[in-house]
Amino acid sequence: MDSSILTLTTFFPAIGIILLLFVPKEKTDTIKGLALIISVVTMILSFAAYYMFDPLASGMQFEVNIPWISSFGINYHFGIDGISLLLIVLTTILTVLSILASWNSITTGIKGYFISMLLLEVGMIGVFCALDLFLFYIFWELMLIPMYFIIGVWGGPRKLYAAIKFVLFTMFGSLLMLVGIMYLLYEYQAMTGEFSFDILKLTSTLALGFEPQLWLFGAFALAFAIKVPLFPFHTWLPDAHVQAPTAGSVILAGVLLKMGTYGFIRICLPMFPEATIAYLPYICTLSVIAIIYGALVAMVQKDIKSLVAFSSVSHMGFIMLGLFALNMQGLEGAVIQMINHGISTGALFLLVGMIYERRHTRMIEDFGGLAKVMPLFTVVFMIVTLSSIGLPLTNGFVGEFLILLGMFKSNYIYASIAAVGVILSACYMLWMFQRVFFGEVDKEENKKLLDLDAREKLILLPLVILIFFIGIYPAPLFSRIEPAVKNVLQQVNKAKSVYLDEEYQIRYYKDNTGQNELTLHTDEEQKSK
Amino acid sequence: MAEYLYLIPLLPFIGFLINGLLLGKLSKPIVSIIACGSVFISFIISLFAFLELTNLAPSARILEQTLFTWIKSGNNFEVSFGYMLDPLSAIMILVVTGVGFLIHVYSIGYMSHDPGYSRFFTYLSLFMFSMLTLVLADNFLLMFVGWEGVGLCSYLLIGFWFHKKSATDAGKKAFIINHIGDFGFLLGMFIIFWQVGSLNFVDVVARAPEVFVYGSALVTAACLLLFVGAMGKSAQIPLYVWLPDAMEGPTPVSALIHAATMVTAGVYMLVRTNVLFSMAPDALFVVACVGAATAFFAATIGLAQNDIKRVLAYSTVSQLGYMFLACGVAAYTAGVFHLMTHAFFKALLFLGAGSVIHGMSDEQDMRYMGGLKKYMPITFMTMFIATFAISGIPGFSGFFSKDEILWKSFSSQMHGSVIFWVIGVVTAALTAFYMFRLIYLTFYGKERMSKEVKSHIHESPKTMTIPLMILAVLSVVGGWIGLPHLFAKTNHFEEWLAPVIISTSQGSASHALASGGGDVAMEWTLMISSVVLVLFSIFMAYLLYKKKTEISTSLAEKLSGMKNLLLNKYYVD
Repeated sequence: MDSSILTLTTFFPAIGIILLLFVPKEKTDTIKGLALIISVVTMILSFAAYYMFDPLASGMQFEVNIPWISSFGINYHFGIDGISLLLIVLTTILTVLSILASWNSITTGIKGYFISMLLLEVGMIGVFCALDLFLFYIFWELMLIPMYFIIGVWGGPRKLYAAIKFVLFTMFGSLLMLVGIMYLLYEYQAMTGEFSFDILKLTSTLALGFEPQLWLFGAFALAFAIKVPLFPFHTWLPDAHVQAPTAGSVILAGVLLKMGTYGFIRICLPMFPEATIAYLPYICTLSVIAIIYGALVAMVQKDIKSLVAFSSVSHMGFIMLGLFALNMQGLEGAVIQMINHGISTGALFLLVGMIYERRHTRMIEDFGGLAKVMPLFTVVFMIVTLSSIGLPLTNGFVGEFLILLGMFKSNYIYASIAAVGVILSACYMLWMFQRVFFGEVDKEENKKLLDLDAREKLILLPLVILIFFIGIYPAPLFSRIEPAVKNVLQQVNKAKSVYLDEEYQIRYYKDNTGQNELTLHTDEEQKSK
Repeated sequence: MAEYLYLIPLLPFIGFLINGLLLGKLSKPIVSIIACGSVFISFIISLFAFLELTNLAPSARILEQTLFTWIKSGNNFEVSFGYMLDPLSAIMILVVTGVGFLIHVYSIGYMSHDPGYSRFFTYLSLFMFSMLTLVLADNFLLMFVGWEGVGLCSYLLIGFWFHKKSATDAGKKAFIINHIGDFGFLLGMFIIFWQVGSLNFVDVVARAPEVFVYGSALVTAACLLLFVGAMGKSAQIPLYVWLPDAMEGPTPVSALIHAATMVTAGVYMLVRTNVLFSMAPDALFVVACVGAATAFFAATIGLAQNDIKRVLAYSTVSQLGYMFLACGVAAYTAGVFHLMTHAFFKALLFLGAGSVIHGMSDEQDMRYMGGLKKYMPITFMTMFIATFAISGIPGFSGFFSKDEILWKSFSSQMHGSVIFWVIGVVTAALTAFYMFRLIYLTFYGKERMSKEVKSHIHESPKTMTIPLMILAVLSVVGGWIGLPHLFAKTNHFEEWLAPVIISTSQGSASHALASGGGDVAMEWTLMISSVVLVLFSIFMAYLLYKKKTEISTSLAEKLSGMKNLLLNKYYVD
């Protein structure tokens, strides 16, 4: 059971797709029911993986490594660490909620829609499980197709524009990644005389020079940065979000964006440590710009959905910043924040979808005084808003605090500027909240709005529970990601200009002039590696 | 008793959960019993905890209780959900639960006709939980939880009547300005963790003197950043602008959150971290200057306001400035002492104002009041006592705490100077003036309200007047526990807080002088001159607003430029 759990979780939705193919498309209830059951079982399988996972062990767990196309060294290599584990669980939960959220809002092409959702789930879980670059790439591309259809077929008025923009951006990144993979393969072959796509093997054995690292990091990082999206590669995101159906937005923000940051953790940081250190100031600068820029643009949005989209740009900037703090607090905060962002932004998109289903508008000015007509909806929206602005005892605080603390230890200037984003996020979220929920109900259409129904409560309840659970007792998550994060830092430590101190903080050697100014350490003791 | 410490914040939290989850399903009496009852039990437990603390030797007066690990990241960052009782937090929890309970009871009457009755008590319970967590936390981060929690409750309660745009605007303003302050708090916390390697108060107190260099830029930066947080929460220049607007909230909220408890959190934080501040004289100087400036500046605005609650709001800003002035001259005990007496008399003033507003059919403008003395005798008497207290009439609580601050601002070796004393005394005179103006305009003179309003004027119900009377008693006797050494052998209050005030090797000299000694003749002279000035200013108020009201109108015309400047709050915001 141990080693098959990942294969099972990844491909269980594929079984669902096959079953769905045999259901006639008129039987919409059967299709929805089947899709729901399949996604719930997948979720239970991921829970099983969570319980079977040993938080104390370092390294990959549930590993499967079977030669597949041996002439090219391609293996069916699956395995997860704590980081991928949490992301898989997040994926399966959000998929179930997305399917529930699509229950009434999707009215045409139901069969195709749910098949796309399940296919998307296969791709997402696959990316998090894959330890072979070939597999990783296949799953990465696999996600693209259903997402293209979900936006392009079931989206809003400008769906085609948004879908094509999304695909073009992502394809551009993927192609760069493909080139990067080829180059890696070539380097490995030149060194060992054989082919291998194995991420672990490549990470541990490949000793690349500085120059190739720069190129490779650049190719991979660009692919991932588009996905994150890091400023200035974010322009596809607001269009995609605004046009996508609710479930599409939830999955897009909740999971797909995390692919980018996951890629940095799994590939860029451990494989190209020298380049990581070299690119660090640029990426941190872009992250800080993203934090401030995303928040400022969010402030002037008229459409709630594009406000949430721009807030994502800001929040993802925080996650990137945490990764490049290169210490325990920063990285752990970033990973936790990846989960948190999935929960709270997912919840925000779900809530926006619920109000859109009622009023067929998302313009802030069309609302006002909803607190009076939809009290429960207001309370849930409030809780999610607070989680999004990082109030203590909600999940958002734990991540944001650790990211800023970690970054402060590495470079207090980036952290101080980024902390301004915390103030800004309170501004735009509360201003939007005030205009939507407070004041008199002055629009006739808003006077008879119904509060949450049972299905909607069922969708939101797990997210609200997670918001407080992670906010108050995040220990189980931390214990699972700690070994994984330490591994990443040990890999980065391979770079010649740095060393890892006893607190797992990457520090610069003093003699490495130029980069020294980046940090503000009083490292009297120069450790020799 | 230490093992029950967590119950003090937990009980109001349970009250919050019950009232919140069953919102709209419980009847009003049950809601109020849950809310008031939980705070009352917390108060009783606090009382026992306090007594237990008194039984211990002064140096052993610290009880800790760790509930569970909250955030643990890596090998070096670990923060627990832990509570700590020491002499400082003991005073704070007594004030918070004690005054808080009285205000809860008062709210039963005040909010009785409001459709949002249950929601109101739900928020209040959440506030009590947050505030008690703030003062009982054993580390910076948990304190920050309470800090943000009270900010959230303040936001919700200021905007309690959410259909009014002015109310929700004020709530948002409060939240965002507080968030600006929190930015400083966060960064200050980062420096502390980065240098000390822990966020626990006990660890920080133990290690800070070794880690930081006395007067270094780093410790000064940390203190100034923390002070930015305190400025936001405690409405100091330039972050004071939210507090007057916060008066949009129901009056019990103004009394509880925006006078007695939450706004004093900044002062509490400074005293809690006095070990750091005492190592950063430059930061203390900034604190003293900001405090003195705020005290004076807000008092002048208070002179010209016509809204009864706004007068009190600016008065609160001004009095908070006093507390920071005290902290700035390293007279932390005097700051906490004034914090406590202020909690009594300012809560009383707000509740009294609420009682007036209640009786006047929600009229808040003093120009349409007058002559209320005979209609509302209890409200009048209690407010009169509170006015005596805040003005610093000898024998009333405010006198002792204010005199202590004035004396220290002059005599302390840490930045004590005659300039601070003069600003303090002038502010005291201004305070007496605007407070007596308020009393005369409200309770004396012609009845300027409409007939309609007049026919409804009534004294408030017992649930409102009894808390007023209890607070009036406290406003009188509350000062006697901290008699200055001129009148008594020892200052009990100062002695009680002594273990919390950490004297570092360099800071100890200033503290020693701040805590007594000095020139007795000088102390008498300063005390008497300040009292004389206050009496004179009361006489002026009497002259202008009671005896010859025509003078005040003609004077207002002559000084119309000045008056408009003050009325418009110096055209800020």
